[in-house]
Amino acid sequence: MSSDVQTATGGTSQPDMPLDPGGGGLRARLGPLMRWESGLVVLLLATVLMGSQLSSMFLESGNFFYIGINVGEFAIMALPLMLIVVTGEIDLSVTSQLELSGVVMGYLFAHGWPIAAAMVVAVCLGAVTGAFNGFLVTRLGLPSMIVTIGTLTLYEGIAQVILPNTAVGGFPAGLTKIGLVPIPHTEIPYSIGFFIIFAVITAVVLHKTPLGRSIYAIGTNREAAFFSGVHVKRIKMGLFITSGILSAFCGVLWSLRFASARYDMATGLELNVVVIVFFAGTAFSGGKGSVIGVVLAAAIFAGVQNALTLDLVPAQNQNIVIGSLLIASVLIPSVADVYRRTGQRLQDLARRRL
Amino acid sequence: MKRLRTGHLRVGGFATLAVAAVMVAVLASAGAATGSTNRVNSPSLTKGQTVYFIPKDTVNPYEVIADQGGKISLTAIGDKQVVSSGTSDTAAAQEPSIQTAIETGAAGIVIAGNDPAALCPELNQAMAKKIAVVTFDSDTNCRQLFINQANTQQIGESEVQILGKEMGYKGQFAILSAESTATNQNAWIAWMKVEMKKPLYKNMQLVKVYYGNDDPATSLQVTESMLQAYPNLKGIIAPTTVGISSAAQYLAHSKYKGKVILTGLGLPSQMKEYLYDGTVAEFELWNPRNLGYLAGYAVAAIASHVITPKVGQTFRAGNLGTYTIIKGVGGLQVVLGPPFVFTKANVGQFNF
Repeated sequence: MSSDVQTATGGTSQPDMPLDPGGGGLRARLGPLMRWESGLVVLLLATVLMGSQLSSMFLESGNFFYIGINVGEFAIMALPLMLIVVTGEIDLSVTSQLELSGVVMGYLFAHGWPIAAAMVVAVCLGAVTGAFNGFLVTRLGLPSMIVTIGTLTLYEGIAQVILPNTAVGGFPAGLTKIGLVPIPHTEIPYSIGFFIIFAVITAVVLHKTPLGRSIYAIGTNREAAFFSGVHVKRIKMGLFITSGILSAFCGVLWSLRFASARYDMATGLELNVVVIVFFAGTAFSGGKGSVIGVVLAAAIFAGVQNALTLDLVPAQNQNIVIGSLLIASVLIPSVADVYRRTGQRLQDLARRRL
Repeated sequence: MKRLRTGHLRVGGFATLAVAAVMVAVLASAGAATGSTNRVNSPSLTKGQTVYFIPKDTVNPYEVIADQGGKISLTAIGDKQVVSSGTSDTAAAQEPSIQTAIETGAAGIVIAGNDPAALCPELNQAMAKKIAVVTFDSDTNCRQLFINQANTQQIGESEVQILGKEMGYKGQFAILSAESTATNQNAWIAWMKVEMKKPLYKNMQLVKVYYGNDDPATSLQVTESMLQAYPNLKGIIAPTTVGISSAAQYLAHSKYKGKVILTGLGLPSQMKEYLYDGTVAEFELWNPRNLGYLAGYAVAAIASHVITPKVGQTFRAGNLGTYTIIKGVGGLQVVLGPPFVFTKANVGQFNF
């Protein structure tokens, strides 16, 4: 028993001082190269190479727009979700908040509101839905996985009550063309433009501010963070609200892009957001995740899907590829971990024999 | 040359890529050349065109057969068919396929829309790029022509007529539909309700419309719950192939077998056993292979400029004969023909 405990402590707090000096030295030297993000860079290059081999269309400048347009909203929602996962929680209700926001915008617009006012109300509604998630998780102490599976259904249900069975559209053509044309003089879709802005803000906050360090601290050790004065509940609450606002913002983008809003327009697509977050190397147990990881993961996700679609790979086979990528992203780090622990256990055993 | 120019944007250094790009450019220019020689003032259908068939999803057995029909007609014309779609029945899942059709410069798109409105931005863009857009099975608000599998009114009315006849024009019945938003389902159900207003049906009562989302498990569950909610239920109309086969599967293994009348739109291959074991007496459908076959000729005729989509224009659809464009509910359409009633006696002749 005591040796098990010792192994576990040694494994997590001092990964660079293992008992096996040979393996440790090698790992220390390879350390920077073995970061998950480095693997993602290699994989992104591989994706570009694969895409260009599969279809002559892949590297055409116009295709960059199509790669981006199909992932933009998911990438935006992945940013706050990554932060939430870093603190050890999860928000699975992102797409139902997207749907509710889009439906409310469409409903208000159909009832004579100016589109700008309808958009503002829709985004503000995201703060409310996000705050409700945050309230249930931080104030009532309920598990976020269950809570947000609940609100995933709840918010979509409310959206269906508002707009049952019908879609509303007729949004101004100047706005709906965000799904068809890039930002002028570029090949960048509007949603990706917003993603870049949000990613920069998130990166600065997460990697350069005390708040960012607090977010990591909560995920690494919640108790320790609390006793060193980190406002754990307030920060988590803020992150759920941010997730709600950005999901609602994506609801506006989504509805404009499809020139209509419907209660089930993004059903099931929360998994795309989850795939990007975990493929980015974000640890499910919290404490680990980066913005650059999310950027790379979103690019690979979009690139692979676009390349496979251009190559006319059937959708079900694409799902197999995407699913396998996600499993690989959790399997590879844990295989390394298991390998290390097994090595240490063998060492311990050998010592005990002596 | 065009492809080489854009190729240098990102990976100018890779020799393999350059070689691949050259090969593709050569192939593409060769393809374009054959395409253009055939197009010159030919009154007949253009050969060598590519047509995208975009079903609701890639696994729906009904649309797989329709896509096969499209392949038969396009192959006969000398065109190429590409089938592309997602795995979930959403507009977002179909969008990448439309984008690919636009990007690759397809001549036509034949699509069964998952959403009448949400696909419009992309489909309008396709039409702006001179791609012929034809819808089938489930219409959208933006297309040049809709291939109607059968007159919507005839389907709605005949379903009620069959059920009424089998129920003795008396008792409660429910409808098991697909998605609550499916355009075709809602149009048929609307006509069923119109037919129900006739005095003949005054002792029949439609209790509720249930939605099984074209998912076998959901449809099964919904069938179970409607029978529990309405113990006196005497009939079910399921105007969807997934719905009727799931409901038949449930009835066949329950105490309701032979007591609750089931009819609707089904695939002969899926429904055969239920006709033979007495769970179902009659159901309807048209031939999806003919639907796809007709769509193939229609899209080729528009893409080849043999016809312009206008009321009264006619075109020949291979061995199905000649069709005339008429005005429909959401725009121009051609109608495949009246629905066909399958019974124990005739179902053996059909292999789809």
